[in-house]
Amino acid sequence: MSASTATVPGRPSSKALKALVASESRLAWREPVGLVLGVGVPVMLLVIFGLSSGFQKRIVSTNPTTYRTVYVPILIALVLTLIAVISLPIPIVVQRERKFLRRLSTTPVAPLWLLSAQVAVNFVLALVAMVLIVAGSALFFSVHAPSQVPGFILAVLLATACLFAIGLVIAAVAPSERAAGAIGSALIFPLMFFAGLWQPSQTVTPSVMHDISNLTPLGAAVHAMLRSMQGTFPTIGSLAVMAAWAAIFTIAAVKLFRWE
Amino acid sequence: MAMSVREDKRVVTDVQTSERPAAGIAHPVIEVTGLHKAYGATVAVEDVSFVVGNGEIFGILGPNGAGKTTTVECLSGLRVPDRGTISVLGLDPQRDRHTVRALVGVQLQEGLMPSKLTVGELVDLFASFYPSPADARELLELLGLTAKRDDYYKRLSGGQKQRVSIALALIGNPKVAILDELTTGLDPQARRETWGLIEGVRDRGVTIVLVTHFMDEAERLCDRVALIDSGRVIAMDTPARLAEREGGGNHMRFHPSRPFDDALLVGLPEVDRLEHQGDRVVVSGTGDLINAVISRLATAGVEAHDVQLESATLEDAFVRLAGHPSETSNGAGER
Repeated sequence: MSASTATVPGRPSSKALKALVASESRLAWREPVGLVLGVGVPVMLLVIFGLSSGFQKRIVSTNPTTYRTVYVPILIALVLTLIAVISLPIPIVVQRERKFLRRLSTTPVAPLWLLSAQVAVNFVLALVAMVLIVAGSALFFSVHAPSQVPGFILAVLLATACLFAIGLVIAAVAPSERAAGAIGSALIFPLMFFAGLWQPSQTVTPSVMHDISNLTPLGAAVHAMLRSMQGTFPTIGSLAVMAAWAAIFTIAAVKLFRWE
Repeated sequence: MAMSVREDKRVVTDVQTSERPAAGIAHPVIEVTGLHKAYGATVAVEDVSFVVGNGEIFGILGPNGAGKTTTVECLSGLRVPDRGTISVLGLDPQRDRHTVRALVGVQLQEGLMPSKLTVGELVDLFASFYPSPADARELLELLGLTAKRDDYYKRLSGGQKQRVSIALALIGNPKVAILDELTTGLDPQARRETWGLIEGVRDRGVTIVLVTHFMDEAERLCDRVALIDSGRVIAMDTPARLAEREGGGNHMRFHPSRPFDDALLVGLPEVDRLEHQGDRVVVSGTGDLINAVISRLATAGVEAHDVQLESATLEDAFVRLAGHPSETSNGAGER
Protein backbone atom coordinates (compact mmCIF):
# COMPACT_ATOMS: atom_id res chain seq x y z
CA MET A 1 0.00 0.00 0.00
CA SER A 2 2.68 2.48 0.96
CA ALA A 3 4.50 1.81 -2.29
CA SER A 4 1.54 2.90 -4.37
CA THR A 5 0.60 5.87 -2.18
CA ALA A 6 4.02 7.39 -2.61
CA THR A 7 3.72 7.92 -6.34
CA VAL A 8 0.09 8.55 -7.17
CA PRO A 9 -1.62 11.90 -7.45
CA GLY A 10 -4.16 12.61 -4.76
CA ARG A 11 -1.87 11.66 -1.93
CA PRO A 12 -3.19 13.41 1.17
CA SER A 13 -1.44 16.70 1.64
CA SER A 14 -0.57 18.77 4.67
CA LYS A 15 -3.48 20.89 3.46
CA ALA A 16 -5.84 18.05 4.37
CA LEU A 17 -4.29 17.50 7.80
CA LYS A 18 -4.47 21.23 8.58
CA ALA A 19 -8.11 21.32 7.52
CA LEU A 20 -8.90 18.30 9.71
CA VAL A 21 -7.17 19.83 12.74
CA ALA A 22 -9.04 23.09 12.12
CA SER A 23 -12.35 21.29 11.85
CA GLU A 24 -11.73 19.15 14.97
CA SER A 25 -10.77 22.33 16.84
CA ARG A 26 -14.00 23.99 15.77
CA LEU A 27 -15.97 20.99 16.97
CA ALA A 28 -14.05 21.02 20.29
CA TRP A 29 -14.92 24.70 20.68
CA ARG A 30 -18.58 24.25 19.75
CA GLU A 31 -19.15 21.15 21.86
CA PRO A 32 -16.88 22.23 24.67
CA VAL A 33 -16.79 19.11 26.86
CA GLY A 34 -13.02 19.05 26.50
CA LEU A 35 -12.70 22.76 27.23
CA VAL A 36 -14.79 22.48 30.37
CA LEU A 37 -12.83 19.45 31.59
CA GLY A 38 -9.44 20.67 30.47
CA VAL A 39 -9.61 24.33 31.43
CA GLY A 40 -12.69 24.78 33.61
CA VAL A 41 -11.96 21.94 36.03
CA PRO A 42 -8.32 22.84 36.78
CA VAL A 43 -9.12 26.49 37.34
CA MET A 44 -11.97 25.59 39.68
CA LEU A 45 -9.91 23.06 41.65
CA LEU A 46 -6.97 25.44 41.90
CA VAL A 47 -9.21 28.05 43.45
CA ILE A 48 -10.58 25.50 45.93
CA PHE A 49 -7.11 24.29 46.88
CA GLY A 50 -5.86 27.84 47.15
CA LEU A 51 -8.66 29.01 49.37
CA SER A 52 -8.93 26.06 51.77
CA SER A 53 -6.50 26.54 54.59
CA GLY A 54 -5.99 22.80 55.05
CA PHE A 55 -3.96 22.59 51.87
CA GLN A 56 -1.37 25.05 53.20
CA LYS A 57 -0.33 22.63 55.95
CA ARG A 58 2.84 20.66 55.78
CA ILE A 59 2.36 16.93 55.42
CA VAL A 60 5.17 16.17 57.85
CA SER A 61 6.29 18.91 60.17
CA THR A 62 9.95 18.26 59.45
CA ASN A 63 9.51 18.59 55.65
CA PRO A 64 8.54 21.84 53.88
CA THR A 65 6.31 19.98 51.43
CA THR A 66 2.73 21.20 51.81
CA TYR A 67 -0.48 19.55 50.70
CA ARG A 68 -0.71 22.20 47.97
CA THR A 69 2.59 21.05 46.49
CA VAL A 70 1.57 17.43 46.63
CA TYR A 71 -1.74 18.16 44.97
CA VAL A 72 -0.30 19.97 41.94
CA PRO A 73 0.79 16.73 40.19
CA ILE A 74 -2.42 15.05 41.32
CA LEU A 75 -4.40 17.88 39.71
CA ILE A 76 -2.37 17.52 36.54
CA ALA A 77 -3.05 13.78 36.57
CA LEU A 78 -6.76 14.48 37.03
CA VAL A 79 -7.15 16.87 34.09
CA LEU A 80 -5.03 14.67 31.86
CA THR A 81 -7.30 11.77 32.77
CA LEU A 82 -10.49 13.75 32.12
CA ILE A 83 -9.22 14.91 28.75
CA ALA A 84 -7.86 11.49 27.79
CA VAL A 85 -10.83 9.32 28.75
CA ILE A 86 -13.69 11.71 27.87
CA SER A 87 -12.70 14.50 25.52
CA LEU A 88 -10.41 12.41 23.30
CA PRO A 89 -12.42 9.22 22.65
CA ILE A 90 -16.00 10.50 22.54
CA PRO A 91 -15.79 12.53 19.31
CA ILE A 92 -14.05 9.59 17.64
CA VAL A 93 -16.78 7.19 18.75
CA VAL A 94 -19.50 9.65 17.68
CA GLN A 95 -17.95 10.06 14.24
CA ARG A 96 -17.70 6.31 13.84
CA GLU A 97 -21.32 5.88 14.98
CA ARG A 98 -22.43 8.44 12.42
CA LYS A 99 -20.44 6.54 9.76
CA PHE A 100 -18.31 9.60 9.21
CA LEU A 101 -15.09 7.59 9.53
CA ARG A 102 -16.41 5.27 6.85
CA ARG A 103 -17.27 8.21 4.64
CA LEU A 104 -13.73 9.53 5.12
CA SER A 105 -12.26 6.24 4.00
CA THR A 106 -13.87 6.73 0.58
CA THR A 107 -11.78 9.90 0.15
CA PRO A 108 -8.03 10.06 -0.41
CA VAL A 109 -7.72 10.87 3.32
CA ALA A 110 -7.46 7.88 5.64
CA PRO A 111 -9.62 7.99 8.77
CA LEU A 112 -6.34 7.65 10.70
CA TRP A 113 -5.80 11.31 9.85
CA LEU A 114 -8.90 12.26 11.74
CA LEU A 115 -7.63 10.34 14.77
CA SER A 116 -4.33 12.20 14.54
CA ALA A 117 -6.15 15.51 14.34
CA GLN A 118 -8.22 14.58 17.37
CA VAL A 119 -5.07 13.62 19.33
CA ALA A 120 -3.41 16.89 18.34
CA VAL A 121 -6.37 19.00 19.44
CA ASN A 122 -6.57 17.25 22.81
CA PHE A 123 -2.83 17.46 23.29
CA VAL A 124 -3.03 21.23 22.93
CA LEU A 125 -5.90 21.24 25.40
CA ALA A 126 -3.83 19.19 27.87
CA LEU A 127 -0.87 21.56 27.49
CA VAL A 128 -3.08 24.57 28.20
CA ALA A 129 -4.49 22.87 31.28
CA MET A 130 -1.06 21.94 32.62
CA VAL A 131 0.35 25.41 32.06
CA LEU A 132 -2.66 26.84 33.89
CA ILE A 133 -2.12 24.54 36.86
CA VAL A 134 1.63 25.01 37.13
CA ALA A 135 1.58 28.74 36.52
CA GLY A 136 -1.53 29.34 38.61
CA SER A 137 -0.23 27.43 41.61
CA ALA A 138 3.15 29.14 41.40
CA LEU A 139 1.79 32.66 40.93
CA PHE A 140 -1.11 32.65 43.33
CA PHE A 141 -0.45 29.92 45.86
CA SER A 142 3.34 30.10 46.17
CA VAL A 143 3.93 26.50 45.13
CA HIS A 144 7.43 26.21 43.67
CA ALA A 145 7.41 25.77 39.92
CA PRO A 146 9.13 22.52 38.90
CA SER A 147 12.86 23.05 39.30
CA GLN A 148 13.90 19.92 37.41
CA VAL A 149 12.39 21.15 34.15
CA PRO A 150 13.55 18.41 31.73
CA GLY A 151 12.50 15.73 34.21
CA PHE A 152 9.12 17.36 34.67
CA ILE A 153 8.52 17.68 30.93
CA LEU A 154 9.53 14.07 30.38
CA ALA A 155 7.21 12.91 33.16
CA VAL A 156 4.31 14.96 31.78
CA LEU A 157 4.84 13.74 28.22
CA LEU A 158 4.98 10.10 29.28
CA ALA A 159 1.89 10.51 31.43
CA THR A 160 0.08 12.11 28.49
CA ALA A 161 1.16 9.32 26.14
CA CYS A 162 -0.01 6.73 28.62
CA LEU A 163 -3.41 8.33 29.23
CA PHE A 164 -4.07 9.19 25.58
CA ALA A 165 -3.34 5.58 24.69
CA ILE A 166 -5.95 4.53 27.26
CA GLY A 167 -8.35 7.03 25.64
CA LEU A 168 -7.71 5.51 22.23
CA VAL A 169 -8.41 2.03 23.61
CA ILE A 170 -11.78 3.37 24.79
CA ALA A 171 -12.34 4.83 21.33
CA ALA A 172 -11.42 1.47 19.87
CA VAL A 173 -13.73 -0.72 21.94
CA ALA A 174 -16.73 1.50 22.81
CA PRO A 175 -19.63 0.63 20.52
CA SER A 176 -21.52 3.86 21.18
CA GLU A 177 -21.20 7.32 22.63
CA ARG A 178 -22.99 6.23 25.80
CA ALA A 179 -20.71 3.25 26.23
CA ALA A 180 -17.64 5.44 25.76
CA GLY A 181 -18.93 7.85 28.38
CA ALA A 182 -19.61 5.00 30.80
CA ILE A 183 -16.23 3.34 30.30
CA GLY A 184 -14.43 6.67 30.61
CA SER A 185 -16.21 7.66 33.80
CA ALA A 186 -15.70 4.23 35.33
CA LEU A 187 -11.96 4.39 34.62
CA ILE A 188 -11.50 7.77 36.29
CA PHE A 189 -11.95 6.32 39.78
CA PRO A 190 -9.36 3.53 39.83
CA LEU A 191 -6.89 5.66 37.87
CA MET A 192 -7.27 8.59 40.23
CA PHE A 193 -7.33 6.40 43.34
CA PHE A 194 -3.76 5.34 42.64
CA ALA A 195 -2.85 8.90 41.72
CA GLY A 196 -3.70 9.75 45.29
CA LEU A 197 -6.64 12.03 44.64
CA TRP A 198 -8.34 10.94 47.85
CA GLN A 199 -5.21 10.27 49.82
CA PRO A 200 -1.82 11.39 48.50
CA SER A 201 0.61 8.48 48.65
CA GLN A 202 2.98 10.49 50.87
CA THR A 203 0.43 10.18 53.62
CA VAL A 204 -0.20 6.48 53.21
CA THR A 205 1.67 4.35 55.69
CA PRO A 206 1.59 0.78 54.37
CA SER A 207 4.39 0.69 51.84
CA VAL A 208 2.68 -2.14 49.92
CA MET A 209 0.02 0.32 48.78
CA HIS A 210 2.79 2.68 47.80
CA ASP A 211 4.47 0.01 45.69
CA ILE A 212 1.25 -0.99 43.97
CA SER A 213 0.41 2.63 43.28
CA ASN A 214 3.82 3.21 41.71
CA LEU A 215 3.14 0.44 39.20
CA THR A 216 -0.06 2.07 37.93
CA PRO A 217 0.08 4.70 35.17
CA LEU A 218 -1.00 7.60 37.35
CA GLY A 219 0.78 6.49 40.50
CA ALA A 220 4.01 6.52 38.54
CA ALA A 221 3.09 9.81 36.85
CA VAL A 222 2.39 11.62 40.11
CA HIS A 223 5.54 10.20 41.67
CA ALA A 224 7.67 11.34 38.74
CA MET A 225 6.12 14.81 38.59
CA LEU A 226 6.45 15.41 42.32
CA ARG A 227 10.11 14.44 42.34
CA SER A 228 10.91 16.79 39.50
CA MET A 229 8.98 19.57 41.21
CA GLN A 230 11.22 19.07 44.21
CA GLY A 231 14.36 19.31 42.10
CA THR A 232 15.29 15.68 41.48
CA PHE A 233 15.11 13.79 38.22
CA PRO A 234 12.25 11.23 38.24
CA THR A 235 13.25 7.68 39.04
CA ILE A 236 13.91 5.48 36.04
CA GLY A 237 11.38 3.06 37.49
CA SER A 238 8.49 5.53 37.35
CA LEU A 239 9.38 6.59 33.81
CA ALA A 240 9.70 2.96 32.72
CA VAL A 241 6.30 2.10 34.22
CA MET A 242 4.65 4.90 32.23
CA ALA A 243 6.50 3.99 29.04
CA ALA A 244 5.45 0.36 29.41
CA TRP A 245 1.78 1.23 29.95
CA ALA A 246 1.87 3.65 27.02
CA ALA A 247 3.26 0.91 24.79
CA ILE A 248 0.75 -1.68 25.99
CA PHE A 249 -2.27 0.59 25.50
CA THR A 250 -1.05 1.89 22.15
CA ILE A 251 -0.66 -1.64 20.83
CA ALA A 252 -4.08 -2.55 22.23
CA ALA A 253 -5.69 0.49 20.58
CA VAL A 254 -4.11 -0.32 17.22
CA LYS A 255 -5.15 -3.98 17.44
CA LEU A 256 -8.69 -3.29 18.60
CA PHE A 257 -9.61 -0.25 16.52
CA ARG A 258 -12.58 -0.61 14.18
CA TRP A 259 -13.26 1.99 11.54
CA GLU A 260 -16.94 1.05 11.25
CA MET B 1 -26.06 16.91 -30.64
CA ALA B 2 -26.19 16.10 -26.98
CA MET B 3 -29.16 13.84 -27.57
CA SER B 4 -27.42 11.78 -30.19
CA VAL B 5 -24.42 11.29 -27.92
CA ARG B 6 -26.71 10.00 -25.24
CA GLU B 7 -28.43 7.66 -27.61
CA ASP B 8 -25.07 6.16 -28.50
CA LYS B 9 -24.45 5.27 -24.90
CA ARG B 10 -27.62 3.30 -24.64
CA VAL B 11 -26.02 0.21 -25.95
CA VAL B 12 -27.67 -3.04 -25.13
CA THR B 13 -25.61 -5.60 -23.36
CA ASP B 14 -27.29 -8.93 -23.35
CA VAL B 15 -26.44 -10.51 -20.03
CA GLN B 16 -27.06 -14.05 -21.11
CA THR B 17 -24.57 -13.96 -23.96
CA SER B 18 -21.95 -11.58 -22.63
CA GLU B 19 -18.81 -13.56 -22.09
CA ARG B 20 -16.90 -10.29 -22.08
CA PRO B 21 -19.13 -7.65 -20.52
CA ALA B 22 -17.17 -4.86 -22.27
CA ALA B 23 -18.55 -5.92 -25.63
CA GLY B 24 -20.65 -3.13 -27.07
CA ILE B 25 -19.67 -0.31 -24.71
CA ALA B 26 -17.58 2.21 -26.59
CA HIS B 27 -15.76 3.85 -23.68
CA PRO B 28 -16.05 1.67 -20.61
CA VAL B 29 -15.35 3.50 -17.37
CA ILE B 30 -16.29 0.69 -15.02
CA GLU B 31 -15.94 -3.01 -15.75
CA VAL B 32 -17.07 -5.58 -13.23
CA THR B 33 -16.62 -9.25 -14.03
CA GLY B 34 -17.75 -12.20 -11.93
CA LEU B 35 -17.92 -10.26 -8.66
CA HIS B 36 -18.51 -12.46 -5.62
CA LYS B 37 -18.61 -11.39 -1.98
CA ALA B 38 -19.74 -13.23 1.14
CA TYR B 39 -19.89 -12.15 4.77
CA GLY B 40 -19.19 -15.35 6.62
CA ALA B 41 -21.82 -17.81 5.49
CA THR B 42 -24.05 -15.13 3.99
CA VAL B 43 -23.46 -14.60 0.30
CA ALA B 44 -24.20 -10.95 -0.46
CA VAL B 45 -23.09 -10.97 -4.08
CA GLU B 46 -23.14 -14.27 -5.95
CA ASP B 47 -22.05 -13.33 -9.44
CA VAL B 48 -22.31 -9.80 -10.80
CA SER B 49 -20.88 -8.48 -14.07
CA PHE B 50 -21.59 -5.21 -15.83
CA VAL B 51 -19.96 -2.43 -17.76
CA VAL B 52 -20.66 1.27 -17.45
CA GLY B 53 -19.86 3.59 -20.34
CA ASN B 54 -18.45 7.08 -20.09
CA GLY B 55 -21.11 9.65 -19.16
CA GLU B 56 -23.83 7.11 -18.43
CA ILE B 57 -26.24 7.12 -15.54
CA PHE B 58 -26.17 3.44 -14.71
CA GLY B 59 -28.74 2.11 -12.27
CA ILE B 60 -28.26 -0.83 -9.95
CA LEU B 61 -31.73 -1.91 -8.97
CA GLY B 62 -33.18 -4.52 -6.76
CA PRO B 63 -34.95 -5.17 -3.49
CA ASN B 64 -33.32 -4.62 -0.11
CA GLY B 65 -30.68 -7.22 0.54
CA ALA B 66 -30.15 -8.01 -3.15
CA GLY B 67 -26.45 -7.13 -2.95
CA LYS B 68 -26.54 -3.65 -4.51
CA THR B 69 -24.71 -1.87 -1.73
CA THR B 70 -22.04 -4.54 -1.43
CA THR B 71 -21.48 -4.29 -5.17
CA VAL B 72 -20.85 -0.55 -5.10
CA GLU B 73 -18.82 -0.80 -1.92
CA CYS B 74 -16.47 -3.09 -3.81
CA LEU B 75 -16.41 -0.52 -6.64
CA SER B 76 -15.36 2.27 -4.30
CA GLY B 77 -12.74 0.10 -2.61
CA LEU B 78 -14.51 -0.05 0.76
CA ARG B 79 -14.75 -3.82 0.52
CA VAL B 80 -12.46 -6.41 -0.96
CA PRO B 81 -14.21 -8.82 -3.34
CA ASP B 82 -13.76 -12.53 -2.68
CA ARG B 83 -13.67 -13.25 -6.41
CA GLY B 84 -13.96 -11.38 -9.67
CA THR B 85 -12.28 -8.36 -11.15
CA ILE B 86 -13.18 -4.71 -10.95
CA SER B 87 -11.75 -1.95 -13.05
CA VAL B 88 -12.66 1.68 -12.43
CA LEU B 89 -11.15 4.12 -14.94
CA GLY B 90 -8.70 1.36 -15.77
CA LEU B 91 -7.61 1.07 -12.13
CA ASP B 92 -8.04 -1.57 -9.44
CA PRO B 93 -9.91 -0.08 -6.46
CA GLN B 94 -7.73 -2.09 -4.04
CA ARG B 95 -4.30 -1.88 -5.68
CA ASP B 96 -4.67 1.74 -6.80
CA ARG B 97 -6.84 2.79 -3.90
CA HIS B 98 -5.44 6.27 -3.60
CA THR B 99 -5.94 7.21 -7.22
CA VAL B 100 -9.37 5.62 -7.33
CA ARG B 101 -10.42 7.52 -4.21
CA ALA B 102 -9.29 10.79 -5.73
CA LEU B 103 -11.28 10.12 -8.91
CA VAL B 104 -14.45 8.54 -7.53
CA GLY B 105 -16.95 10.52 -5.47
CA VAL B 106 -19.12 8.50 -3.12
CA GLN B 107 -22.40 9.13 -1.40
CA LEU B 108 -22.99 6.47 1.23
CA GLN B 109 -26.24 5.21 2.57
CA GLU B 110 -26.84 6.56 6.12
CA GLY B 111 -23.65 8.61 6.36
CA LEU B 112 -23.97 11.58 8.68
CA MET B 113 -21.62 14.51 8.99
CA PRO B 114 -20.46 16.08 12.26
CA SER B 115 -23.51 18.01 13.43
CA LYS B 116 -21.78 21.22 14.47
CA LEU B 117 -19.93 22.00 11.27
CA THR B 118 -21.55 24.37 8.80
CA VAL B 119 -22.30 23.40 5.21
CA GLY B 120 -19.53 25.70 3.99
CA GLU B 121 -17.00 24.25 6.45
CA LEU B 122 -17.86 20.69 5.44
CA VAL B 123 -17.46 21.44 1.76
CA ASP B 124 -14.14 23.23 2.36
CA LEU B 125 -12.93 20.36 4.57
CA PHE B 126 -13.66 17.76 1.89
CA ALA B 127 -12.20 20.03 -0.80
CA SER B 128 -8.88 19.92 1.08
CA PHE B 129 -8.74 16.14 0.63
CA TYR B 130 -8.56 16.27 -3.16
CA PRO B 131 -5.76 17.39 -5.48
CA SER B 132 -7.95 19.51 -7.76
CA PRO B 133 -11.29 20.15 -6.09
CA ALA B 134 -14.32 21.75 -7.68
CA ASP B 135 -15.25 25.34 -6.95
CA ALA B 136 -17.13 25.14 -3.65
CA ARG B 137 -19.20 28.26 -4.25
CA GLU B 138 -20.33 27.06 -7.66
CA LEU B 139 -21.16 23.59 -6.36
CA LEU B 140 -23.27 24.95 -3.50
CA GLU B 141 -25.07 27.12 -6.04
CA LEU B 142 -25.74 24.12 -8.29
CA LEU B 143 -27.19 22.19 -5.36
CA GLY B 144 -29.23 25.11 -4.07
CA LEU B 145 -27.30 25.27 -0.81
CA THR B 146 -25.89 28.79 -1.04
CA ALA B 147 -28.38 30.15 1.47
CA LYS B 148 -27.50 27.31 3.88
CA ARG B 149 -23.75 27.89 3.70
CA ASP B 150 -23.44 29.11 7.29
CA ASP B 151 -25.98 26.74 8.83
CA TYR B 152 -24.92 23.87 11.04
CA TYR B 153 -25.36 20.47 9.43
CA LYS B 154 -27.70 19.39 12.22
CA ARG B 155 -30.11 22.22 11.39
CA LEU B 156 -30.70 21.00 7.84
CA SER B 157 -33.76 19.11 6.61
CA GLY B 158 -33.45 15.59 5.26
CA GLY B 159 -33.43 16.83 1.68
CA GLN B 160 -30.80 19.44 2.44
CA LYS B 161 -28.59 16.86 4.17
CA GLN B 162 -28.94 14.67 1.12
CA ARG B 163 -27.87 17.56 -1.10
CA VAL B 164 -24.86 18.16 1.17
CA SER B 165 -23.85 14.55 0.76
CA ILE B 166 -24.17 14.92 -3.02
CA ALA B 167 -22.05 18.09 -2.82
CA LEU B 168 -19.40 16.21 -0.83
CA ALA B 169 -19.45 13.38 -3.37
CA LEU B 170 -18.77 15.92 -6.13
CA ILE B 171 -16.37 18.36 -4.44
CA GLY B 172 -13.30 16.39 -5.55
CA ASN B 173 -14.20 16.85 -9.23
CA PRO B 174 -14.72 13.10 -9.65
CA LYS B 175 -14.88 11.30 -12.98
CA VAL B 176 -17.28 8.81 -11.45
CA ALA B 177 -19.92 9.36 -8.78
CA ILE B 178 -21.42 6.45 -6.86
CA LEU B 179 -24.70 7.39 -5.24
CA ASP B 180 -26.28 4.86 -2.88
CA GLU B 181 -29.98 5.19 -2.03
CA LEU B 182 -29.98 8.77 -3.14
CA THR B 183 -33.58 9.62 -2.38
CA THR B 184 -34.52 7.14 0.31
CA GLY B 185 -36.35 8.97 3.06
CA LEU B 186 -37.06 12.07 1.00
CA ASP B 187 -40.53 13.40 0.30
CA PRO B 188 -41.77 13.26 -3.32
CA GLN B 189 -40.99 16.92 -3.96
CA ALA B 190 -37.41 16.59 -2.71
CA ARG B 191 -36.97 13.40 -4.72
CA ARG B 192 -37.95 15.11 -7.96
CA GLU B 193 -35.60 18.01 -7.21
CA THR B 194 -32.76 15.59 -6.52
CA TRP B 195 -33.38 13.81 -9.82
CA GLY B 196 -33.03 17.11 -11.65
CA LEU B 197 -29.72 17.71 -9.88
CA ILE B 198 -28.35 14.34 -10.91
CA GLU B 199 -29.12 15.01 -14.54
CA GLY B 200 -27.28 18.31 -14.14
CA VAL B 201 -24.28 16.47 -12.72
CA ARG B 202 -24.20 14.05 -15.64
CA ASP B 203 -24.29 16.98 -18.01
CA ARG B 204 -21.00 18.04 -16.43
CA GLY B 205 -19.49 14.82 -17.77
CA VAL B 206 -19.58 12.70 -14.63
CA THR B 207 -20.36 9.01 -15.01
CA ILE B 208 -22.93 8.05 -12.39
CA VAL B 209 -23.66 4.74 -10.72
CA LEU B 210 -26.99 5.02 -8.97
CA VAL B 211 -28.10 2.41 -6.46
CA THR B 212 -31.81 2.37 -5.82
CA HIS B 213 -34.74 0.19 -4.98
CA PHE B 214 -37.17 2.68 -6.51
CA MET B 215 -38.24 1.56 -9.97
CA ASP B 216 -39.67 4.98 -10.85
CA GLU B 217 -36.35 6.62 -10.00
CA ALA B 218 -34.51 4.28 -12.34
CA GLU B 219 -37.07 4.79 -15.11
CA ARG B 220 -36.70 8.54 -14.85
CA LEU B 221 -32.92 8.84 -14.48
CA CYS B 222 -31.02 5.86 -15.77
CA ASP B 223 -29.68 5.29 -19.27
CA ARG B 224 -29.31 1.63 -18.43
CA VAL B 225 -30.08 -0.49 -15.43
CA ALA B 226 -28.94 -3.79 -14.03
CA LEU B 227 -31.66 -5.61 -12.13
CA ILE B 228 -30.09 -7.49 -9.23
CA ASP B 229 -31.80 -10.15 -7.18
CA SER B 230 -30.21 -12.48 -4.63
CA GLY B 231 -26.72 -11.38 -5.62
CA ARG B 232 -27.11 -11.94 -9.37
CA VAL B 233 -27.80 -9.70 -12.34
CA ILE B 234 -31.11 -10.95 -13.72
CA ALA B 235 -31.41 -8.43 -16.56
CA MET B 236 -29.62 -5.42 -17.97
CA ASP B 237 -30.86 -2.93 -20.55
CA THR B 238 -32.42 0.52 -20.91
CA PRO B 239 -35.36 0.91 -18.54
CA ALA B 240 -37.79 1.30 -21.46
CA ARG B 241 -36.61 -1.81 -23.29
CA LEU B 242 -36.52 -3.85 -20.13
CA ALA B 243 -40.04 -2.84 -19.28
CA GLU B 244 -41.25 -3.58 -22.77
CA ARG B 245 -39.37 -6.83 -23.27
CA GLU B 246 -39.64 -8.32 -19.80
CA GLY B 247 -42.64 -6.52 -18.38
CA GLY B 248 -45.20 -8.37 -20.47
CA GLY B 249 -45.57 -5.59 -23.03
CA ASN B 250 -48.19 -2.88 -23.17
CA HIS B 251 -51.85 -3.31 -22.52
CA MET B 252 -54.50 -1.58 -24.60
CA ARG B 253 -58.08 -1.53 -23.35
CA PHE B 254 -61.07 -0.40 -25.41
CA HIS B 255 -64.78 -0.80 -26.03
CA PRO B 256 -65.34 -2.07 -29.60
CA SER B 257 -68.22 -0.39 -31.44
CA ARG B 258 -69.46 -3.92 -32.27
CA PRO B 259 -68.30 -7.49 -31.58
CA PHE B 260 -65.55 -8.87 -33.81
CA ASP B 261 -63.67 -12.11 -34.32
CA ASP B 262 -60.59 -12.37 -32.04
CA ALA B 263 -58.59 -13.76 -34.96
CA LEU B 264 -58.73 -10.30 -36.53
CA LEU B 265 -56.28 -8.97 -33.94
CA VAL B 266 -54.46 -12.09 -32.73
CA GLY B 267 -52.90 -12.44 -36.14
CA LEU B 268 -51.06 -9.11 -35.79
CA PRO B 269 -47.32 -9.35 -35.09
CA GLU B 270 -47.64 -6.67 -32.36
CA VAL B 271 -50.30 -8.60 -30.46
CA ASP B 272 -49.40 -11.35 -28.00
CA ARG B 273 -52.64 -11.88 -26.20
CA LEU B 274 -56.29 -10.85 -26.27
CA GLU B 275 -58.72 -10.98 -23.38
CA HIS B 276 -62.36 -10.04 -22.87
CA GLN B 277 -63.30 -8.23 -19.67
CA GLY B 278 -67.07 -7.86 -19.89
CA ASP B 279 -67.67 -5.83 -23.02
CA ARG B 280 -64.15 -4.47 -22.90
CA VAL B 281 -61.27 -5.94 -24.86
CA VAL B 282 -57.72 -6.01 -23.49
CA VAL B 283 -54.97 -6.51 -26.04
CA SER B 284 -51.44 -7.11 -24.81
CA GLY B 285 -48.40 -6.79 -26.97
CA THR B 286 -45.31 -4.84 -27.90
CA GLY B 287 -44.26 -2.18 -30.39
CA ASP B 288 -46.73 0.26 -31.88
CA LEU B 289 -49.70 -1.60 -30.48
CA ILE B 290 -52.31 1.18 -30.65
CA ASN B 291 -51.85 2.02 -34.31
CA ALA B 292 -51.69 -1.60 -35.41
CA VAL B 293 -54.88 -2.49 -33.55
CA ILE B 294 -56.87 0.57 -34.57
CA SER B 295 -56.01 0.32 -38.26
CA ARG B 296 -56.75 -3.43 -38.34
CA LEU B 297 -60.10 -2.82 -36.59
CA ALA B 298 -60.87 -0.11 -39.16
CA THR B 299 -60.46 -2.59 -42.02
CA ALA B 300 -63.34 -4.56 -40.47
CA GLY B 301 -65.35 -1.42 -39.83
CA VAL B 302 -64.93 -1.61 -36.06
CA GLU B 303 -64.20 1.48 -34.00
CA ALA B 304 -62.32 1.45 -30.67
CA HIS B 305 -63.86 3.65 -27.99
CA ASP B 306 -62.46 4.73 -24.57
CA VAL B 307 -58.98 3.58 -25.49
CA GLN B 308 -56.61 3.27 -22.55
CA LEU B 309 -52.98 2.34 -22.90
CA GLU B 310 -51.03 0.91 -19.99
CA SER B 311 -47.32 0.63 -20.48
CA ALA B 312 -45.39 -2.09 -18.74
CA THR B 313 -43.14 -0.70 -16.04
CA LEU B 314 -39.78 -1.75 -14.72
CA GLU B 315 -41.65 -3.04 -11.70
CA ASP B 316 -43.60 -5.39 -14.01
CA ALA B 317 -40.32 -6.50 -15.54
CA PHE B 318 -38.82 -7.10 -12.15
CA VAL B 319 -41.76 -9.12 -10.92
CA ARG B 320 -41.70 -11.32 -14.01
CA LEU B 321 -37.94 -11.83 -13.87
CA ALA B 322 -37.49 -12.30 -10.16
CA GLY B 323 -40.77 -14.08 -9.55
CA HIS B 324 -41.54 -11.77 -6.63
CA PRO B 325 -42.23 -8.07 -6.27
CA SER B 326 -39.45 -5.64 -5.45
CA GLU B 327 -39.97 -3.90 -2.14
CA THR B 328 -40.46 -0.28 -2.90
CA SER B 329 -41.08 0.61 0.71
CA ASN B 330 -38.57 2.82 2.48
CA GLY B 331 -37.00 -0.14 4.18
CA ALA B 332 -34.05 -0.06 6.50
CA GLY B 333 -30.62 -0.17 4.94
CA GLU B 334 -28.97 -3.25 3.66
CA ARG B 335 -25.39 -4.32 3.95
